[in-house]
Amino acid sequence: MALKMVKGSIDRMFDKNLQDLVRGIRNHKEDEAKYISQCIDEIKQELKQDNIAVKANAVCKLTYLQMLGYDISWAAFNIIEVMSASKFTFKRIGYLAASQCFHEGTDVIMLTTNQIRKDLSSPSQYDTGVALTGLSCFVTPDLARDLANDIMTLMSHTKPYIRKKAVLIMYKVFLKYPESLRPAFPRLKEKLEDPDPGVQSAAVNVICELARRNPKNYLSLAPLFFKLMTSSTNNWVLIKIIKLFGALTPLEPRLGKKLIEPLTNLIHSTSAMSLLYECVNTVIAVLISLSSGMPNHSASIQLCVQKLRILIEDSDQNLKYLGLLAMSKILRTHPKSVQAHKDLVLQCLDDKDESIRLRALDLLYGMVSKKNLMEIVKKLMTHVDKAEGTTYRDELLTKIIDICSQSNYQHITNFEWYISILVELTRLEGTRHGHLIAAQMLDVAIRVKAIRRFAVSQMSALLDSAHLVASSTQRSGICEVLYAAAWICGEFSEHLQEPQQTLEAMLRPKVTTLPGHIQAVYVQNVVKLYAAILQQKERAADTQAAQEVTQLLVERLPQFVQSADLEAQERASCILQLVKHVQKLQARDVPVAEEVSALFAGELNPVAPKAQKKVPVPEGLDLDAWINEPLSDSESEDEKPKAIFHDEEPRHAKQRPPEADEQELARRREARKQEQANNPFYIKSSPSPQKRYQDAPGVDHIPVVQIDLSVPLKVPGMPMSDQYVKLEEERRHRQRLEKDKRKRKKRERERRGARRHSSLHTESDEDITPAQRVDIVTEEMPENALPSDEDDKDPNDPYRALDIDLDKPLADSEKLPVQKHRDAETSKSPERQDVAVVGKKSKKPKRKEKKHKEKEREKKKKEAEKGADLDFWLSTTPPAATPAPEEPGVNAAVAAPKEEQEEPRGEEQDAAEDGEQDLEKKPSKHKKKKHKKDKEERSKDQKKSKKRAPPREGEAEPVENGALDEEPLPPMSSYSLLAENSYIKMTYDVQGNLQKDSQVTVSVVLENQSSSFLKNMELNVLDSLNARLARPEGSSVHDGVPVPFQLPPGISNEAQFVFTIQSIVTAQKLKGTLSFIAKNDEGSTHEKLDFKLHFTCTSYLVTTPCYSDAFAKLLESGDLSMSSVKVDGISMSFQNLLAKICFHHHFSVVERVDSCASMYSRSIQGHHVCLLVKKGEKSVSVDGKCSDSTLLSNVLEEMKETLAKC
Amino acid sequence: MIKAILIFNNHGKPRLSMFYQPYSEDTQWQIIRETFHLVSKRDENVCNFLEGGLLIGESDNKLIYRHYATLYFVFCVDSSESELGILDLIQVFVETLDKCFENVCELDLIFHVDKVPNILAEMVMGGMVLETNMNEIVTQIDAQNKLEKSEAALAGAPARAVSAVKNMNLPEIPRNINIGDISIKVPNLPSFK
Repeated sequence: MALKMVKGSIDRMFDKNLQDLVRGIRNHKEDEAKYISQCIDEIKQELKQDNIAVKANAVCKLTYLQMLGYDISWAAFNIIEVMSASKFTFKRIGYLAASQCFHEGTDVIMLTTNQIRKDLSSPSQYDTGVALTGLSCFVTPDLARDLANDIMTLMSHTKPYIRKKAVLIMYKVFLKYPESLRPAFPRLKEKLEDPDPGVQSAAVNVICELARRNPKNYLSLAPLFFKLMTSSTNNWVLIKIIKLFGALTPLEPRLGKKLIEPLTNLIHSTSAMSLLYECVNTVIAVLISLSSGMPNHSASIQLCVQKLRILIEDSDQNLKYLGLLAMSKILRTHPKSVQAHKDLVLQCLDDKDESIRLRALDLLYGMVSKKNLMEIVKKLMTHVDKAEGTTYRDELLTKIIDICSQSNYQHITNFEWYISILVELTRLEGTRHGHLIAAQMLDVAIRVKAIRRFAVSQMSALLDSAHLVASSTQRSGICEVLYAAAWICGEFSEHLQEPQQTLEAMLRPKVTTLPGHIQAVYVQNVVKLYAAILQQKERAADTQAAQEVTQLLVERLPQFVQSADLEAQERASCILQLVKHVQKLQARDVPVAEEVSALFAGELNPVAPKAQKKVPVPEGLDLDAWINEPLSDSESEDEKPKAIFHDEEPRHAKQRPPEADEQELARRREARKQEQANNPFYIKSSPSPQKRYQDAPGVDHIPVVQIDLSVPLKVPGMPMSDQYVKLEEERRHRQRLEKDKRKRKKRERERRGARRHSSLHTESDEDITPAQRVDIVTEEMPENALPSDEDDKDPNDPYRALDIDLDKPLADSEKLPVQKHRDAETSKSPERQDVAVVGKKSKKPKRKEKKHKEKEREKKKKEAEKGADLDFWLSTTPPAATPAPEEPGVNAAVAAPKEEQEEPRGEEQDAAEDGEQDLEKKPSKHKKKKHKKDKEERSKDQKKSKKRAPPREGEAEPVENGALDEEPLPPMSSYSLLAENSYIKMTYDVQGNLQKDSQVTVSVVLENQSSSFLKNMELNVLDSLNARLARPEGSSVHDGVPVPFQLPPGISNEAQFVFTIQSIVTAQKLKGTLSFIAKNDEGSTHEKLDFKLHFTCTSYLVTTPCYSDAFAKLLESGDLSMSSVKVDGISMSFQNLLAKICFHHHFSVVERVDSCASMYSRSIQGHHVCLLVKKGEKSVSVDGKCSDSTLLSNVLEEMKETLAKC
Repeated sequence: MIKAILIFNNHGKPRLSMFYQPYSEDTQWQIIRETFHLVSKRDENVCNFLEGGLLIGESDNKLIYRHYATLYFVFCVDSSESELGILDLIQVFVETLDKCFENVCELDLIFHVDKVPNILAEMVMGGMVLETNMNEIVTQIDAQNKLEKSEAALAGAPARAVSAVKNMNLPEIPRNINIGDISIKVPNLPSFK
């Protein structure tokens, strides 16, 4: 046995390792495949051995071969074996291989569940890490369901390395197992404020990915992200958050308003291009979302466009590209500001970089006008000729069509030019967009009546020129244009010069090589032509010629009857019979032309593509119901050739929509008129003389003149679009001349009758009139079309499953599946708690019932508040006059302390039922409080005024324990005035920081009250022995700390300063100065403002929830000193009183019975402060216990002051 | 999300491929080929973004790449990633490789093809960016290497001796990438530190 092992390990030395394999492959360049298959055989041998090192080596080699394109899924089981090796080295090899080749279809993957669970809970962080990394690549719905709970536990692992990986992988788990999102979300949210930047970044990453798909569910997180954005220094995180805001703003325009300022500050201050670019991008998104509502953000737009111009002009091609990309977003809503940079865009069209050219093309769309369309398209046409590679050429083609056809051919002044451009485009080889060109041809020919003659002549030439058909470009799709050509020639055959010639062209034998649907159109239109020719001949009494045409048809049609395409075949046989019948009649000298023509009588009107869809289904009509009982499915349905053109409608089947009532019709007609009035191409039925008058006098607004003869209707041969450019120049020139003439002989105006474009008034600065007009026929939309139709979301979208409301409180049933057995008698306090709670106690079952009810009520209440919360945070200017109780926003904000008070007890219930779930839930609530406070801060100013308003007379009736009285709380603000002068007003608030035990953060709100621009603000304080301002490294104690922003007039912003405090048991004051430069039109002055910062003892307390069991234990422990105060003459209700204490003194309610409550708070240095508040008739007594007596007496003193005001 | 990370040389030979969406080996191979064709025909002084990697699904995907001496580093990402951010990330990746292999060159990637994914795993996990701080990344990699060494201390000795012998007849490995003097403009690298 031992010998065997030794032998095995010696053998192993001579096994090929990965390096040998790589070297071997390099040495066998000639017969690589053979060599590798040899190696794979060896690997198969190695995998059969027992030695795990040999197996690992084999798997390692397989991983490499996988990268070279070899399938290694056959070794899946061996990979699992290596994954379960005890050594990290092998484990890592196994997981790497698994992450490369495992996927949902791998059947052995279900064997890994327990192994992965074991690795996740391994004591070695790298075992856990490698398992998480591997799992992130191959997680399946089953694995996600089974492991979600384990991963969630890891989110609170002590090592940040594991935490960040666990947080990140949760996204994959959510994707595969959407049910886990709600239970896990609270903890994920908590991780947004993790002390480790890596974990924080991971959490931001995950939430951003989630929010990108379903932004509306994450709107409520906006305040939290806002705080992160203003505090984070990690650019990667900032970029993610800013991108997220870009996704959120379209849903909530008020958010945008709030964002503009900090983003603008960032744009000014950051040196990182990536951050700058994302800021600009989000500002653009904000501006787009605001574009309708907000009147004036031109400064921001200008800023963005300016910055983008700088990017585009940069020599770095990357910045240039991104600049163009962002520019195109502005273009959609603010085309004017982009148009100013046309020069730049046109310049980029010539860039050597294709990516940049493509982006510039996008921008062109918004740059064209009547004046420059021809010029720009001409430029694009030369690019088309030069372009290598079909992708770019196709892109150019679609862009040309897009540009020309935008908003009903708004910019086209000469349709003959456009038709010839289209015809030129048909000469492109290998394009995929034949159908696009065809659709344009049809559209123009149908809707621009004046162009039909010209279009028909071009199309017949197209049919005639065999190059399209001959070169068998079937695959490339360009032959689609023949569809259009045939149809146009047939439909408008009266315009044909040589119908006979076209007819012959359409009956050539080569036609049968075309795709079926085109043949079908050919057949149909051959008859139309035939009808036209017959009529012509009969009128000329040329029976001989008429019979010859019939004979031609009878001879040629059979080639279509043999067509493989069903549609073509069917039509051809019908028509063949028809023609034969006609032939018989002709033989008897019966005139038939009238009757044949009658087949195609009537005008064809265009129908909008969505017209049919928009007709509402009349009541009582069930389109899904069977008309007849379905037959057995023995006959398979033949697939119909797909109709590519929407206006391919049976001729007489004019849409007769169900009758709508008179009123409705009138309303719609009105709306349509309105629309038409705004459409410069629509011919108004009776142009008012006033209108004409308005048009006439302006130099730039000269009415349109007769231009019938300005464009020759026939250009010999294939027209070159360039000719039209020239002609157009001439035409415009003539128009200008005409105009001048007009000025001189104004009176002649009246005599000019039959003006074709009399009603056409140009709204823009351009005074070029189109040579032809687009007719938008009223019938394009059915009478009672619905205003818009929503396109349904793709039901297969994998992210749809994650569209889950996260604000709803968790139901008890919602928890992650847990595999292990659990003890029903778990402890009341959660195992892991931020608070220094002293221990666990057995639960008190008698209170369970009652609390359950409370919890329910609380839940309902919270749900209602949720919406109001965000509203409040977002509403920067609530009407000041509104009395506080009616203001829902204020209510919501003040509800925070109230909620705190209810929470711990509600929580206990959870704890009793499921410790695990409690764990997730509690911290999140804790955080919610925090961010509510945050909201409070941000809306400080309004609330300030409200605070002074007398609180409502308290309804003194005693409140039942835990019952939520609906009494509104007065608004409160923790901000107090620091100093004020004519330039600036400073208010401040001090907040303790639990994470750093001797630091407090002072948030100072600076409000510019002057009309000057305040900059170079610097705050300095005279440090005391006990308190020091934290200054940037390297600066002396006399240096100030710069304020990181500037203040335009009327603007306020908040700056935060950190102070280090030695002893927190007494209050103290620090003297300080704010120096700044005030700049206005007259110049700039140095200004100073002195202030005194007051650090109360209260400000060292941090709101910390505490459970009643822990609280009791704390009191029992007996190492707390005691003190008490009593305040008389208090009229406020107990409820409000508690809320006030909670809010101003950072306490949380532990328990409340009637008019007696116990409260808890904790100092930043870990002192416990416990209070018992009792309300008497008109007085309140507060008994306190604290680990430091000085601190306690000071806190109580301060509290007394607060209460005295009540 | 990052959809795929590819490294290949000037001739299209893959040196690393990580796909964060499942594809069959054939498709993976095709994607690498196609990406190489797209990227390699671009000049040096054009932008580092490319649209329309046709094979990798959705339309909002972009290829973001950098070219260092003989190697292309290509990231295929969707619209949730910041373009410039990813460029920085590639730079961090390359600098990390440089630290781990001491003056990295293509041969390091060829002969340590098993190590590169492990380094990458400390930066990107399942297509999501895990860490951007180079020091943190290097610390974790070093710690794992140490762990690996300690495991191999006893059992690995003979194998290492053999591989040393095998390596003896390798010609002097030409160091052909020098990250130090590559003058690709990094707009904002310091921001990650």
